Amino acid sequence: MEAKLLKKQRPKHLNLFKISQPLPAIVSIMHRISGVLLFFPGIPLLLYGLQMLLESTDSFEALHAFIQNPLVKGLILMFVWFGLHHLCAGIRYLALDLHYGIALTHARASSKWVLAVSVTLTLAVGISLW
Amino acid sequence: MVKRNDRIVTGAHYGIKDWLVQRVTAVLMTAYIILFAVVVWISSPLDQAKWVAIFGHQWMRIASFLFLVSLMWHAWVGVRNVLMDYIKPVSVRLTLQILVIVSLLVYLVWAVEILWS
Repeated sequence: MEAKLLKKQRPKHLNLFKISQPLPAIVSIMHRISGVLLFFPGIPLLLYGLQMLLESTDSFEALHAFIQNPLVKGLILMFVWFGLHHLCAGIRYLALDLHYGIALTHARASSKWVLAVSVTLTLAVGISLW
Repeated sequence: MVKRNDRIVTGAHYGIKDWLVQRVTAVLMTAYIILFAVVVWISSPLDQAKWVAIFGHQWMRIASFLFLVSLMWHAWVGVRNVLMDYIKPVSVRLTLQILVIVSLLVYLVWAVEILWS
């Protein structure tokens, strides 16, 4: 038994694409990807939108007309989802920091909740946008 | 124990500071998002004048500015962690880190211009 363990090839290089990832891992990588996309192009788009909103009635009308485009609405909704997923997953990490939901079953359940709540809130924002 | 000569300029910020900053800024941003959602819900602004009125309140501009400062700081800690994970050469990582810092500072000045003009 011991000899067998010693013969193992180390370090092991795991192919991440061949492993079926557990839900907490998927929520985690989505937290990272959404974070990067919120940084760019998220922040400059947010500021540009805020500028058009407040600058003048003309810019406001231009912004209003621009977001009528269904494609633009879809993109906005996608970024709303990125933001809400990032927020919900972040709240989950704060809970984990405080030692809430550490048990594996709880951690799996809470990652399901993160996905469900962020998608539901995104749909709610989508309905109010349309 | 990390030996002094193991440290590189783009390496880890040893200690708890970044970890704490990430969490404090996250909580501040969450509070602002809830506040903003409530304000928009109550005043349901449909024309430009109402939006201007919302941001006309000094406390709203200050809260928005604090949100944006938190956002930039949070983004810096997060993006830096991502860069440390995937970009290994110090020269490339340093260049990207400088680009990120400069862009975040530009965004912040831009935000001040938007809010106070």
